[in-house]
Amino acid sequence: MSQHLYVSRSSAVAARKLGGEMMIMSGRDSTLFTLDEVATLIWESVNGLVTLDEIVRRRICAEFDVEPATAVRDAETMVEALAQHGILLISSEPILNSNAPAGRAK
Amino acid sequence: MNQLRPATNGHGVVIGVGELAVKLQTIDAEYCKALRNHYRGFVRETERAEFGFDIELTDSRTNDPDDAVKVTRSSALWSFGRGDFQAEWNMASNRGTIRQSANLYSIDAVLRIFHTVMLATRGGFLLHAASAIRNGKAFLFLGPSGAGKTTIASLAPPDATLLTDEVSYVRKQSDSYAAFGTPFAGELAKSGENVSAPIACLYLLAQGPANRIEPVGASDAVRQVLQNILFFAEDEELVRSVFQSACHLVSCVPVYRLTFAPDFRVWESIR
Repeated sequence: MSQHLYVSRSSAVAARKLGGEMMIMSGRDSTLFTLDEVATLIWESVNGLVTLDEIVRRRICAEFDVEPATAVRDAETMVEALAQHGILLISSEPILNSNAPAGRAK
Repeated sequence: MNQLRPATNGHGVVIGVGELAVKLQTIDAEYCKALRNHYRGFVRETERAEFGFDIELTDSRTNDPDDAVKVTRSSALWSFGRGDFQAEWNMASNRGTIRQSANLYSIDAVLRIFHTVMLATRGGFLLHAASAIRNGKAFLFLGPSGAGKTTIASLAPPDATLLTDEVSYVRKQSDSYAAFGTPFAGELAKSGENVSAPIACLYLLAQGPANRIEPVGASDAVRQVLQNILFFAEDEELVRSVFQSACHLVSCVPVYRLTFAPDFRVWESIR
């Protein structure tokens, strides 16, 4: 499943990297999120066109000592949670319009 | 919602807070006089202002000021409402109307809300913070009720100029931020001085047995600043704007946690 999970950032949020942490505020409900180092790397890497699996293997596994299957599983959990809060958009197909409303598209 | 009828040919007073001048117009001469007195120090002796509100005074004294504030926008029309007032403001014309009883509490709330909206569009915000100028630099003391804002303001030495003991006015200026005095008073029930200065430092207040100053990490600082920003508008664009301003402020200005014992010596390290 993860090989076909595409992720993009919601256009309805504001994000800023401070002190190595990505801070994201939902414009919808003013909820503030702080991403750790790994989540920040994923946030910076997603573009709706590359699968999450590929991002994790190329970026996360290259920088952190983590087993790929575990890293992908953790990344899926993280993006699912952020999508539920409207921070990310996830889809089983490439996301061409990243301005679509956040959440699960497909 | 009923349309608010504008007061015409009335008495006006221009109140300038920060860099925003608002003309309040009412047909009630006594209420206008009360406004002049309440906002003395911030009254501008001019007929013209960038923004204007007509106040329609009602007899509805029983409406509850403890009701939740509701601030919404429909295209260019903003609506500010609470139990004790209803205001509308048109962004296109910069004119608005307020319906309330003849009290100062309601108009103060309307003005605070208006400034939160306007500042958000101009790279600033109102902050739950006392602030003061010393040696040409502004120092802000953030915290919720009970954190010590009024206490630290009341301990300020004679060479410090108090900008407010309750609501600080923060606005971007060139590459940094400035604090302005406000008439929005807290427990001291006293307006700040109508002056401004570049912000040198933000202190997150906590009361303790001894004075201690500790650095605060950037993300924690942003979180604390956001928690203390006055903001009511249900508007995604402005929420994002306020967030970016808070982040920018923290990237420009050092933030410390100030634990202090309530005596004047706390000001020895603030200069």
